[in-house]
Amino acid sequence: MNDLTPSREERTENLKGLGCSRKRVEDARFTQGKGNYVDDIKMPGMLFGDFVRSPYAHARVKNINSEEALKVPGVLAVLTAKDLEPLGLHWMPTLAGDKQMVLADGKVLFQGQEVAFVVATDRYAAADGIEAVEVEYEELPVVVDPFKALDPDAPVLREDLEGQTEGAHGPRKHHNHIFLWEAGDKEATESVLASADVVAEEMVYYHRTHPCPLEPCGCVASMDKVNGKLTLWGTFQAPHAVRTVASLISGIAEHNIRVISPDIGGGFGNKVGVYPGYVCSIVASIVTGKPVKWIEDRMDNLMATAFARDYWMKGKIAATKEGKITGLWCHTTADHGGFDACADPTKFPAGFMNICTGSYDIPVAYLGVDGVYTNKAPGGVAYRCSFRVTEAAYFIERMIEILAIELNMDAAELRRINFIKKEQFPYQSALGWEYDSGDYHTAWEKALKAVDYEGLRKEQAERVEAFKRGETRKLLGIGLTHFTEIVGAGPVKNCDILGLGMFDSCEIRIHPTGSAIARLGTISQGQGHATTFAQILASEIGLPADSITIEEGDTDTAPYGLGTYGSRSTPVAGAATAMAGRKIRAKAQMIAAYLLEVHDDDVEWDVDRFAVKGAPERFKTMAEIAFAAYNQAIPGIEPGLEAVSYYDPPNMTYPFGAYICVMEIDVDTGVHEIRQFYALDDCGTRINPMIIEGQVHGGVTEALAIAMGQEIAYDEMGNVKTGTLMDFFLPTAWETPNYTTDHTTTPSPHHPIGAKGVGESPNVGGVPAFSNAVHDAFRAFGLRQSHMPHDHWRIWKTAHDLGLHG
Amino acid sequence: MIPARFEYHRPSDVSAALAILTEHGDDARVLAGGHSLIPMMKLRMAAIEHLIDLQDIAELKGISVDGGTITIGAMTTQHELIDNADLAKAAPILREAALQIADPQVRYVGTVGGNVANGDPGNDMPGLMQCLGATFHLVGPGGTRDVAARDYYEAAYMTDREDDEILVSVSFPVPEGGYAYEKQKRKIGDYATAACAVQVTMAGGSCTAASIAMTNLSDTPIWSKDAGAVLVGTDCGPGAIGAAVDAAVAAIDPTEDNRGPVEFKKHVAGVVIRRAIERAISRA
Ligand SMILES: Cc1cc2nc3c(=O)[nH]c(=O)nc-3n(C[C@H](O)[C@H](O)[C@H](O)COP(=O)(O)OP(=O)(O)OC[C@H]3O[C@@H](n4cnc5c(N)ncnc54)[C@H](O)[C@@H]3O)c2cc1C
Repeated sequence: MNDLTPSREERTENLKGLGCSRKRVEDARFTQGKGNYVDDIKMPGMLFGDFVRSPYAHARVKNINSEEALKVPGVLAVLTAKDLEPLGLHWMPTLAGDKQMVLADGKVLFQGQEVAFVVATDRYAAADGIEAVEVEYEELPVVVDPFKALDPDAPVLREDLEGQTEGAHGPRKHHNHIFLWEAGDKEATESVLASADVVAEEMVYYHRTHPCPLEPCGCVASMDKVNGKLTLWGTFQAPHAVRTVASLISGIAEHNIRVISPDIGGGFGNKVGVYPGYVCSIVASIVTGKPVKWIEDRMDNLMATAFARDYWMKGKIAATKEGKITGLWCHTTADHGGFDACADPTKFPAGFMNICTGSYDIPVAYLGVDGVYTNKAPGGVAYRCSFRVTEAAYFIERMIEILAIELNMDAAELRRINFIKKEQFPYQSALGWEYDSGDYHTAWEKALKAVDYEGLRKEQAERVEAFKRGETRKLLGIGLTHFTEIVGAGPVKNCDILGLGMFDSCEIRIHPTGSAIARLGTISQGQGHATTFAQILASEIGLPADSITIEEGDTDTAPYGLGTYGSRSTPVAGAATAMAGRKIRAKAQMIAAYLLEVHDDDVEWDVDRFAVKGAPERFKTMAEIAFAAYNQAIPGIEPGLEAVSYYDPPNMTYPFGAYICVMEIDVDTGVHEIRQFYALDDCGTRINPMIIEGQVHGGVTEALAIAMGQEIAYDEMGNVKTGTLMDFFLPTAWETPNYTTDHTTTPSPHHPIGAKGVGESPNVGGVPAFSNAVHDAFRAFGLRQSHMPHDHWRIWKTAHDLGLHG
Repeated sequence: MIPARFEYHRPSDVSAALAILTEHGDDARVLAGGHSLIPMMKLRMAAIEHLIDLQDIAELKGISVDGGTITIGAMTTQHELIDNADLAKAAPILREAALQIADPQVRYVGTVGGNVANGDPGNDMPGLMQCLGATFHLVGPGGTRDVAARDYYEAAYMTDREDDEILVSVSFPVPEGGYAYEKQKRKIGDYATAACAVQVTMAGGSCTAASIAMTNLSDTPIWSKDAGAVLVGTDCGPGAIGAAVDAAVAAIDPTEDNRGPVEFKKHVAGVVIRRAIERAISRA
């Protein structure tokens, strides 16, 4: 007979499973500087490649002379489009169904575009080689304004597409037009607008910015000419997709390509795309027979690899006099730069922008998005958000505030009136989504109470009076946001990238001594997968998380998956992990029943063991079962204890949250100070509260950056004005305020463990919270809308234009 | 972001450094903390063939408060300014200003000499030195020479220093009265949108001396003689402060950059100058 100590509670705690603030297993190596990033990879004879980049935003490339460069000691080769053309690699497909020049083919379309690839024995020689390449340009008229790009006589940017009236996503109506994507019911929406009590109309601009991960992009390509195998290490958020794309464009059989994502120093969407550097490194390795490394520097990264946002969102929102929203209309002009290299699911060229009805019960809506080419860098990636969800959230949360102004109503109350009610879930949105679950009113009341909303409004009113009396020059802004995300792409029936279904996977092997390894199709870039996925598994299979290794990122060993972005890892791969764990448990049940000499149905699961029903002292722990699986012949059961699951999610998940920012604004200098930031997140089941908190802190900090200063700005000539960290704002500890985190828990009804994903919520909710705070501070003085980022001078200008400087 | 090839020299005394400087003329440049020079080289905006690192030259280091004079060796780091208790007592404005330069990492290596010699209008020390009425001590092949900080700056990156001269130290009289260094910047590690250094002395409710200088509001630091003069003899009431601010703003000529357009900078300058004056008076 077995001893029943430790207790069930102690055994549960020992697993460090769901709900445990387990310390991150990754941190031991990261905090000691022992991470292994792509630039740490060193191989014998490794060469280094780097780009000659265009100083012009739009120019014809008349001639490239490499003669002097080839004389630089250490320089071995200078690749141009001409060299890549015979291989068909001078252009490459983008994830958005467009194509992109790998190296300038006759012209350049943005500043920083890759013109030639210098291959040298080390990066110093490559840098000297770049200086020595002589490129003759003929400047062409530059288009940086997406509206002007559609003028009838605007310069033709994409000459390669001239005369093509059909694009990857339907008809093109102009030579600089990419697509028009529509959702909802235009006619019905317009008729609601025409007869509404109140219509608020505004242009909401979400400026161009950049994910700017601390580690820029890079790779090492190594072609082994003896066995014909290509190994590619790189900063890939989706290693399997890279393998498939690399095989398709290079013609190398997929089994001969191994893609490895080592440690990644932040991705935020910047490392989803396929970049010319990857292609050129592969070609250079094939040509030279040596490994070739390419690593961007910070300026390359900011200037040329995927930007984010740049959406001009024209909105109209209709409501009754009492504030019940009756319709929403949005037309977006999307600036995609010189090539359409967005990383969205194929059928969604504007991502999930159609989540822009937000948290509100809006009976009818219309969304149209026109994608446009300009002389700017390509990209349009989901910077710490699911595809275009932060644009959508910003849009609706600004429109709500503007409607509140129009109705002369409190913005918290306006939201309360319009929230989708708890009992309406699953909720069918006017733009086509089925929201799985939510309880917005509960979250909202909790948030308002936590910050003493009534008290804040009173203080604000007093402040306005004091300001008018000349007693203070500081205004108080209360930034409200209630956001709903759509993450976890996604159901294979409507989500794919280049035809690859957006399922994900987990493969588990239990070792005889009761430990395990699980491999996934995702790849952590700082999210802590090695910590949290082990926790999911610990709760499913009853082995301690500390005894479970999580491995990702090597396509030779990991099961196929679509990678990590769009908060999809927990909703999709996390679900696969739980499902694979359940397969393990099902087999374990049979083994336990055999060992206990009872029928399968007579044992029941109890934290870390199967016990005989009604006789809890008769049990077999998972560790005992694992051992038996490998050393006993059990009739009718194969030896071993392994499982694999490919999970095709039935729906997206819909995390939500209520964020409130209280901000002081100095009217005379434009300087702001964040007095309080409260973030309530509902991400369903909480796997590791500490990691959730960390994700919220990081995400809100990125939101702070975007809302208050971070941008990729161009001058009229298409020069990048914010190409270094002197001008591109990355907050340090100094600029980062304190955050108060909170939560409610509304589990996803369709996810195996009810989890919804949280990594991106704080960016989605944070940006409107900060921006709304700025706007709210000036509401009493008549401000309706101003554009981000709210840096000192823009805030100052707002005050100035409102006549607050006397 | 990789500089062109260069030779690296590391002399251990000033005369050796001067010899290398004389030998290579235009092709040589001295290196202090490198936090202004190296970025320019990495951007290949400056191509320098011979870099003469001054860090082994002991005679260029140190802070002394001697009688009525403070002398700071050119190779003294900005961090050392913050860390020196004697200096904090004798001239607290230096500590207040240095704490607003860049970030701790930059300050551990960035030097006083590099900061004042550089001639970048964004540097904070030049305006401060003008406010304090400092003297710069230079040495060249022809011997030593003193230049007043208020005469040193000619235009952006153009100074009175000859290419073959090295800045040895800066010195200034121990300041008296109230002080303030006020700076508006976008973030930690940023140069000023507008900054202002003020020293004021008061006696019997009346201002006896005032010195006001500004940073990053023209292509050189600006010491406004008029702004100081306006305050002297007054009670430093709102009217006098307003007149001083007006005089100071009249002396600047900012240019548009990513921090904002001219109109904004002038307005913010007025606010920053006013705050600096008020804080200095409150401490006088
Ligand atoms: C991120 C960042 C933020 C910064 N923010 C600020 C800021 O807010 N305020 C500010 O004032 N500065 C700022 N700086 C500049 C920093 O303070 C520099 O270190 C300083 O301006 C130059 O000092 P240095 O010792 O690094 O000089 P170096 O870079 O070594 O030299 C600068 C120039 O001065 C010349 N030089 C140096 N020493 C001598 C000498 N003894 N005699 C003759 N010539 C000499 C050099 O030849 C060179 O031309 C910042 C720098 C960085 C990287």
